[in-house]
Amino acid sequence: MTPPPGSLLTAENLYKAYGPTNALDGAGFSIHPGEVVAIMGPSGSGKSTLLHCLAGIVTPDSGTITYDGRVLSSMSDTERSALRRSEFGFVFQFGQLVPELTCVENVALPLRLNGTPRKEAERTALSWMQRLEVDDLRGKRPGEVSGGQGQRVAIARALVTGPRVVFADEPTGALDSLNGERVMELLTEAARSTNAAVVLVTHEARVAAYSDREIVVRDGKSRDMERAV
Amino acid sequence: MSIGHTLLGLLESGPRHGYDLKRAFDEKFGHDRPLHYGQVYSTMSRLLKNGLVEVDGIEAGGGPERKRYAITEAGITDVERWLATPERPELYLQSTLYTKVVLALLTHRDAADLLDTQRSEHLRTMRALTDRKRKGDLADQLICDHALFHLEADLRWLELTAARLDKLREAVAR
Repeated sequence: MTPPPGSLLTAENLYKAYGPTNALDGAGFSIHPGEVVAIMGPSGSGKSTLLHCLAGIVTPDSGTITYDGRVLSSMSDTERSALRRSEFGFVFQFGQLVPELTCVENVALPLRLNGTPRKEAERTALSWMQRLEVDDLRGKRPGEVSGGQGQRVAIARALVTGPRVVFADEPTGALDSLNGERVMELLTEAARSTNAAVVLVTHEARVAAYSDREIVVRDGKSRDMERAV
Repeated sequence: MSIGHTLLGLLESGPRHGYDLKRAFDEKFGHDRPLHYGQVYSTMSRLLKNGLVEVDGIEAGGGPERKRYAITEAGITDVERWLATPERPELYLQSTLYTKVVLALLTHRDAADLLDTQRSEHLRTMRALTDRKRKGDLADQLICDHALFHLEADLRWLELTAARLDKLREAVAR
């Protein structure tokens, strides 16, 4: 099978077992540049495993993942790491900021790891922090900011390298509804402005409502609701 | 919604003409369904008959739209009583969705598919409301939030039912 025309990231027939449990049982996925796709489903349905496979963090037992014409499984670990650092951005539920670094250092970190000089990295980081309305926190450490603020800092960090795909796993899971909505607005606006695709794992309908379409995962099988109707 | 009480409430801040009342109603509450002029005048004549409003003046040119209405003491008491009375929470016990799921199971159709399709339809509406909220003012945001929370409650029920389909299938087969 060939990926749908124009798609940036595609998965076909993914299988992944953890011991006797089939986390993925023939799941598929596809996303276009600039698109926000929600992966929904009950707890334990396999949605996070699907996200981890798509992001090259977990290797599926079988199946094909194609990113921008390249097959992920045929890449070396080094190539996959480089891809994750330069083309993918990540936002998780919590625990993603380095507590010893200030907020601006956290946001600049992916650029520093790619070899960008400190001054330039922090200048770019600060411009992203302004867009996410957290530039006043530049000198604070993650322990000194609220959950909602920390999540905006994390989004700035996910976007700082200009990724083509942002993977967000329950990005509002630890926030109250007002903060959660603001985080979703800022994340989707920022991603749309750079034409980045967003793969959003959530079990919350109000969060999924910020997506363009949804994929439902149940018992490791996926269903693309747009193509189904 | 009680249009009569809403129009009465709008009159509390001062007398207004019929067309002015309609405009105020549409601006504040009629985002989806603006009032017809006919509704305004039939409501006002009922309020007039019940002594809740009185005609405060008539502009030259005549016609019902030229009447200016003022709220009476009885009208103010009526608004007060309406505001103080809680609305009965809807119980939604006779849900069409529940009926559809049970019928799908009874007739050996795919009930999980029905629930997935319904979720998708709910999400489509939720996306439109989220978009309107994002572009709208505070009033829009509050109105959309109310609708979004209700749709979310439906969705939670859909998820729960999907998780209990096997049990429900056994129960309806008995």
